[in-house]
Amino acid sequence: MKHGKYPLIITFLLPPLLLYGMFVIWPYLQAFPISTTNWLGYSRSYDFVGLANFETLLRDSALWKAVRNNAILLLLLPILTIGLGLFFASMLNMGGRRGAAGVVGVRGSAAYRLVYFFPQVLSVVIIALLWKEVYHPNNGLLNGTLRGLGLPAPTWLGDPRTAFWAVLAVMVWSNVGFYVVLFGAAMAAIPRDIYEAVMLDGASRWTTLTKVTIPLLWDTVQVAWIYLAIAALDGFILIQQMTDGGPNHSSDVIGLRMYNTAFVSESKFGYASAIGVVMFFLTLSVAVLALRVTRRDRIEYS
Amino acid sequence: MNRRDILRRTAAASLLAVPAGGLLTGCALGGGDDDSGGDGGAVGTKTAENPLGVKEDAPLEVVIFNGGFGEDYAKAHEAMYTAKYPKATIKHSATQEINKTLQPRFVDGNPPDVVNNSGAGQIDFNGLVSQNAIADLSELLDAPSLDIPGKTVRDTLLPGVVDVGSYDGKFMVLNYAYTAYGIWYSTKLFNDKGWEYPKTWDDHIALCKKIKASGTAPWTYAGKHPRYMSWPVISTAIKFGGMDVAKAIDNLEPNAWKSDAMKASADAWYQIVKDGYILPGTPGLDHVQSQTEWCRGNAAFISCGSWLESEQKKVTPAGFNMSVAPTPSLGPGDKLPFEAIRGTAGEPFMVPAKAKNRIGGLEYFRTMLSMKGAQDFTRKVSSLTAVAGSTQGIDLPFGLNTVVKALDASGSNGFNWVYNNFYRKLERELVDAACGEFFSGRTTPAEFLDQCQKGADQIAGDSSIKKYKRS
Repeated sequence: MKHGKYPLIITFLLPPLLLYGMFVIWPYLQAFPISTTNWLGYSRSYDFVGLANFETLLRDSALWKAVRNNAILLLLLPILTIGLGLFFASMLNMGGRRGAAGVVGVRGSAAYRLVYFFPQVLSVVIIALLWKEVYHPNNGLLNGTLRGLGLPAPTWLGDPRTAFWAVLAVMVWSNVGFYVVLFGAAMAAIPRDIYEAVMLDGASRWTTLTKVTIPLLWDTVQVAWIYLAIAALDGFILIQQMTDGGPNHSSDVIGLRMYNTAFVSESKFGYASAIGVVMFFLTLSVAVLALRVTRRDRIEYS
Repeated sequence: MNRRDILRRTAAASLLAVPAGGLLTGCALGGGDDDSGGDGGAVGTKTAENPLGVKEDAPLEVVIFNGGFGEDYAKAHEAMYTAKYPKATIKHSATQEINKTLQPRFVDGNPPDVVNNSGAGQIDFNGLVSQNAIADLSELLDAPSLDIPGKTVRDTLLPGVVDVGSYDGKFMVLNYAYTAYGIWYSTKLFNDKGWEYPKTWDDHIALCKKIKASGTAPWTYAGKHPRYMSWPVISTAIKFGGMDVAKAIDNLEPNAWKSDAMKASADAWYQIVKDGYILPGTPGLDHVQSQTEWCRGNAAFISCGSWLESEQKKVTPAGFNMSVAPTPSLGPGDKLPFEAIRGTAGEPFMVPAKAKNRIGGLEYFRTMLSMKGAQDFTRKVSSLTAVAGSTQGIDLPFGLNTVVKALDASGSNGFNWVYNNFYRKLERELVDAACGEFFSGRTTPAEFLDQCQKGADQIAGDSSIKKYKRS
């Protein structure tokens, strides 16, 4: 069948590559020349301004606040999400200690699995609306509970000290379910006899998790880390819907700065593209770094 | 490799190359510096019946912002247009994302003929005007009104409508709905409790004290859009110091935000923060949440424009009877009387400069501004229009009726500012953030005005933003 190989490959590869090129690569590439112009987006006239946009960017204090927030997200979102994801997944898959024979999850793990995955099927906008009501300072679920317990009830989304953290919590909440399922599936692929041996040796759940499960799951954790790092550099929809970057820019993120600069408070498409270019390089370097730092020897089950 | 293989590969390569060539021309910048066009497209002959010279069979494309007003009112206006020009077909569409839907079409030089540029997806007017992307509407003002005999369109408009749509003296934007901005309260609540709306600031504070003692919070506001509170603060300052306060702010004059009038006003308003007259938790509420708290009687006052009544229609209890009132006077030295209220036209409509049927767009505006068109709008969406006297003979809801009365009482003392149209970012981002800090009690009046002034200075110092002057 050597004869018909190329037409076949081309037929299958061409359409997706074309679509990807047209709707992903090409717009990306265009952002680079646009970032060196003062284009305002609604006519064909613009001037090349060289690197002036990038100079402005260095002095844009609102943008730096956003960069700081993205840096915090980059640090905390993967750690919290992967930590919780691993914990829940191991409880669901091997947390049970019923009998010595089998490795099983805690009681009711099927129901938990469903519940954990629930946020994943909701659209981000719905999640934002839901949590906006949960955080409602007077009628919200959270403050209602706190008041019931006689605790102080902060204005979560209206206070610069708490707004960003409140949204971070929602980000973790909405992501964790997916990683529970991802890690769960990877755990299921680990041979049971390893666990049986570990249990015979009398290892605790914690030792099993850190000394056996995580090393064996490292590939999956690495993938999760990259996904979450990229998600941490975004965070746009939740922030825009829940706080719109406020109060006083305290919960701003780079993506929201870019969007507001092009579409909402101004129409500086040139400057917004410069922000986009910076974001592109940030995301790229984070992905490369995450791959490098987490590189380890691959373990294969024989 | 034989000849057939080579041929086949060349064919495959050209298959790849052709679409790529097509791609390269599809640039977001539109390719090339092209400011030609804008010749106005279709032109017909001017007659007494057709003073603008509409080409009778030229199609007209109208894009409506599908927000609080919906799109039905526009369909009615379109029907009036086609009734007069039966040969014209109208392409109607409605969207909530004006900017994202239309941005590529502006760049392509293929924009619609009429755009209702409104809502959260509004395109920044500063950029539209500075890029010559929208048409001058002056011709429309001098055309005779469609159904008010003996008057030009200009004569039929309420005061301020032309000013608020003008950039450097050119009338570019038709703001169709007329809005009053003031302080709102429930007439029922006030009657039940025996409260009376106070005319001076001292009385206002005294009443706040009484309201708080009765167990209700005196104030709430849109905590996540705190710019709503900049309206009463600036209004109070203008009433205290006169129209020059607003002009200085609009023209980005140095220290305009730190004028004596702004200081007096900020100091006064600080009282409601200091004395705890704002509903706890307010900074965490968005506009709908805060308005709902107010409708439930958890707060007595709220600052808003006259769209409030229709926005709150679904949650307002029967007999709530919301009323609008001007901001209280600071004292007998105020330059404007208590009755003076901020009235202005909103809900912007524009005709793109490169519209294929620019004159049709102007004629569409003339239809909207006819007495029939305006009254139909008021009936359908319970809002006032830019056309003077168009509410006569129409049964208005309670709140809108108080708006009409307040505007009548204000008369020639009415005032407005336009910096929010000139420099969208200044109000929506910078003053907004400053108001949030101030009304949450995190900054003092001096710090608040400093932050506003810093925002204004940032805009003034940004050479990439075009500056406009008002008089």
